[in-house]
Amino acid sequence: MAENWSLVKRKKALQQRARIVQEIRRFFIETRYLEVETPHRIPNPAPESHIDAIPSDMWFLQTSPELCMKRMVAAGYEKIFQICRCWREKERGSLHLPEFSVLEWYRAGGDYRSLMEECEGLIRFAKRAIGLGEKIAFRNHEVDLSIPWERISVDEAFRRYTKISMTGALEQNLFDEAMVQEIEPNLGVERPMFLYDYPAQRGALARLKPEDPAVAERFELYIGGLELANGFSELINPAEQRERFQIENKNRQSLGKTVYSLPEKFLAELDKMPPSSGIALGIDRLVMVFLDVERIDDVVAFTPEEL
Amino acid sequence: MYTASDLRKGLKVIIDNEPYIVTAFEFSKPGKGQALYRTKLRNMITGLTIDRTFREGDSFEPASLEERAMQYLYKEGDQYHFMDNESYEQIVISEESLGDAKNFVIENLNVEVLLFRESAIGVELPNFVNLRVIKTEPWVRGDTSKADFKPATLESGYVLRVPPFIEEGELITVDTRTGEFSKRVKE
Repeated sequence: MAENWSLVKRKKALQQRARIVQEIRRFFIETRYLEVETPHRIPNPAPESHIDAIPSDMWFLQTSPELCMKRMVAAGYEKIFQICRCWREKERGSLHLPEFSVLEWYRAGGDYRSLMEECEGLIRFAKRAIGLGEKIAFRNHEVDLSIPWERISVDEAFRRYTKISMTGALEQNLFDEAMVQEIEPNLGVERPMFLYDYPAQRGALARLKPEDPAVAERFELYIGGLELANGFSELINPAEQRERFQIENKNRQSLGKTVYSLPEKFLAELDKMPPSSGIALGIDRLVMVFLDVERIDDVVAFTPEEL
Repeated sequence: MYTASDLRKGLKVIIDNEPYIVTAFEFSKPGKGQALYRTKLRNMITGLTIDRTFREGDSFEPASLEERAMQYLYKEGDQYHFMDNESYEQIVISEESLGDAKNFVIENLNVEVLLFRESAIGVELPNFVNLRVIKTEPWVRGDTSKADFKPATLESGYVLRVPPFIEEGELITVDTRTGEFSKRVKE
């Protein structure tokens, strides 16, 4: 007889997690979104330099439901959401699981700015699930959830928190190091923060900013230094999207990674897609924030190591 | 060869031609960015700890350390002499490489000597070692003004805190991991 202590200890966290997910669902039902389900196993993941899919019998487990959901938007499903599992190869740490839960939603019309506001609304709605107030404790920070949340461009974040400029960091291939070590720990510690306008090459499926094509209309949401969501104004030009995928595949090749064949059906239908915005939010991480938990292991029933 | 994704606590790797052990590890991946592996590494020769961040493509050799059962013989200047239990070959380890272990080695003690590329870089001690107290204040019965512990000097020269009832000449057990008094040995 062996009692599974880690599972016993997580019972309260898992009950709260269920309530949070139910409240998220209620938010989308009330705001008239359609809940959809798309296949977990797909033939072509979107080629992105640093996102690796787990192979599954000649196809792959999805790294995100993005391509299928955008095909639905292109076919006239104007407001859709999905809560599903995604898989990313070799991602494991105190904030990462190779299999994790994602909330993804898309909306025809609107851009990344209106999406930020919707994001504020969702998280403020979902916090009621476990009776949280305007101020929450996370990682020894007291984070004030009252709106509006802070918004800061990536360029500005480099100026504020590092000695190197965003352009300099990209040229010297130090962008990710600066982000992780110097910038991220400062983001969203007083209020949640949207970090926006990423370098164009860091948003393969995002629309470039019309008035400054060096950056993509993409943002990430941070609370207490933890990255929670990634959203953008969708790129809807098929020729440009094809070119961006090819660049990503070229990077993958030079890194010795699998090159993914292009998702032709998605590319063929993309020109029917209206201007839209879409976002993916990590459910496990949102639960971590609400429950003030440090390790992702403590908000799921089983980690891969426990199977 | 290891790659960055093999990194975990306790892994022994060669960095800049020297053996290191990973003492802390964190996986990071900023959105759409590359995987970063942040580590703290302790140099197994100098004992110094460094912070190092690795990327996906980085690879390194495993630090294969050999452990050999040896017996401590004697000290000469700041050189400690050990003898291989199988070959009877003698080797010398400097006081610096020995680190804290110098506080607990006494003649005839069996230890595991760690060798890196044929040279000794340290020893692994048993968790508990018996050492004799060579100097401590006598115990004054009924004196409650003194603290619960008093200093004592051991035969190796190491000074630690012991309970007041321990007398000079007694044998005590020391926990080599913490350097603290464990128990009195009945002889």
